[in-house]
Amino acid sequence: MAKIIAGVSCSHVPAIGAAIDNGKTEEPYWKRVFSGFDKSKEWMAQAKPDVVIAIYNDHASAFSVELIPTFALGCAAEFPPADEGWGPRPVPVVKGHPQLASHIAQSVILDEFDLTIVNKMEVDHGLTVPLNLMFGSPKQWPCPVIPLAVNVVMFPPPTGHRCFMLGRAIRKAVQSFPEDLRVVVMGTGGMSHQISGPRAGLINSKFDGAFLDNLTKDPEKLVRMPHVEYMREAGAEGIEMVMWLVMRGALDDKVNEAYRFYTVPASNTAVGHIILENKARARRTRRPSSARGKLRPAAKTRRKRAAKRRRAAAQGAKHRDVVRSK
Amino acid sequence: MTGAKQKQAPQKEYDDIPGTFVFDADRSRQGYHINMFCMSLMKAENRKAFKANEAEYLDRFPLTPEQRQAILQRNYNRMLELGGNIYFTAKLGATDGHSFQHMAAVMTGSTQEDYAKMMLAGGRSIEGNRSKSKPEGRTKPASRKPSAKPASKRRTRAGSKRG
Repeated sequence: MAKIIAGVSCSHVPAIGAAIDNGKTEEPYWKRVFSGFDKSKEWMAQAKPDVVIAIYNDHASAFSVELIPTFALGCAAEFPPADEGWGPRPVPVVKGHPQLASHIAQSVILDEFDLTIVNKMEVDHGLTVPLNLMFGSPKQWPCPVIPLAVNVVMFPPPTGHRCFMLGRAIRKAVQSFPEDLRVVVMGTGGMSHQISGPRAGLINSKFDGAFLDNLTKDPEKLVRMPHVEYMREAGAEGIEMVMWLVMRGALDDKVNEAYRFYTVPASNTAVGHIILENKARARRTRRPSSARGKLRPAAKTRRKRAAKRRRAAAQGAKHRDVVRSK
Repeated sequence: MTGAKQKQAPQKEYDDIPGTFVFDADRSRQGYHINMFCMSLMKAENRKAFKANEAEYLDRFPLTPEQRQAILQRNYNRMLELGGNIYFTAKLGATDGHSFQHMAAVMTGSTQEDYAKMMLAGGRSIEGNRSKSKPEGRTKPASRKPSAKPASKRRTRAGSKRG
């Protein structure tokens, strides 16, 4: 059975990609940003997910104004890097996981999320920059990545609540996939930034800090935040942070905050980053190295955990507006 | 469309945010051709044609005179106001050889140097930049909910008449 072990969120500032591609990562300005992700790369190397589901947004690369899907799930076998005007980024082609992706599509559509399925798509910095931040610059990405593109370019994006509930539905889908896969969900974009109009350059670190706190401890608080508050407080483009709620929805109610990093600026943007582990996973990382051989917990433990998950899911179902078939 | 003033849309809550043009469904419709023009600049041959003769190239797109003027003058704020989206207009900036930060500086009426300094110092403060109508105080998080009653849902399915 597949399971989600952790969620990761981070900004996807295009200038970070440009700094990597142009060999500027050691310059003091960029070192400040990249050094914040040293621990993350270590964490990722230890976590070794089998699949990453990456929630991101396209920036007029794969989708123009001709077609604006709210949620588009990449079910293809591979996703080449898009040419964003300077030639495609020199990063590996993103390999998908078509079996898991189509399983998720089928499951969440029957759960009443009307996804768009994409079988051919190029991916831009919105996806590839977070992969660089978490995996560095390898010759091949170490695992398949399922892209989920969310419209946050044209107002209105999906609500925070919708994003969170989609995360829940994705979790349910992953848990019903028969293969033993360990999945990490990534939410990208943010944090506070405005790159358009006379108010460009807006940063609200206080908002960002509270957002990170609540993301760990009290996501319900964020789930009901109206769009206008994101735009007012975190900048017109800060609304990208709704995508982090898909990631959070896919995790357990209680999570362990393994790491956090925040810095201002990267180009026009506040960079925020957080790693949240499901508790089951957190327990496992603390086990002594002598026990490392036993990757799969005993059947009794698994049954206990499954029961706990069911209880957690049942609790989630009490949430307003949610109709569960179970 | 010449001269005809667009019908005033009802006030939107986010129009109260200062210095911000929210790219919503209305602007997406109005600015469709601005954005498609910008998108066309993703191709090298189009960039070349545009640079050779901007006005002639723009004839390919059914832009309004205001939109056309905003593009020719590189008035980025006006483009946003007329339905351009920043991720699209950025392609025009790139065609001109400008960095994104240069464009951001231009939109704020600042030099790139001053703008970069502001960013390094922590960015533009939120204080005093939240609201046009309440410039000083912190506006309450909007909690207004649509009050529309789903009256239609109360209708009995088979209609009121029996038999």
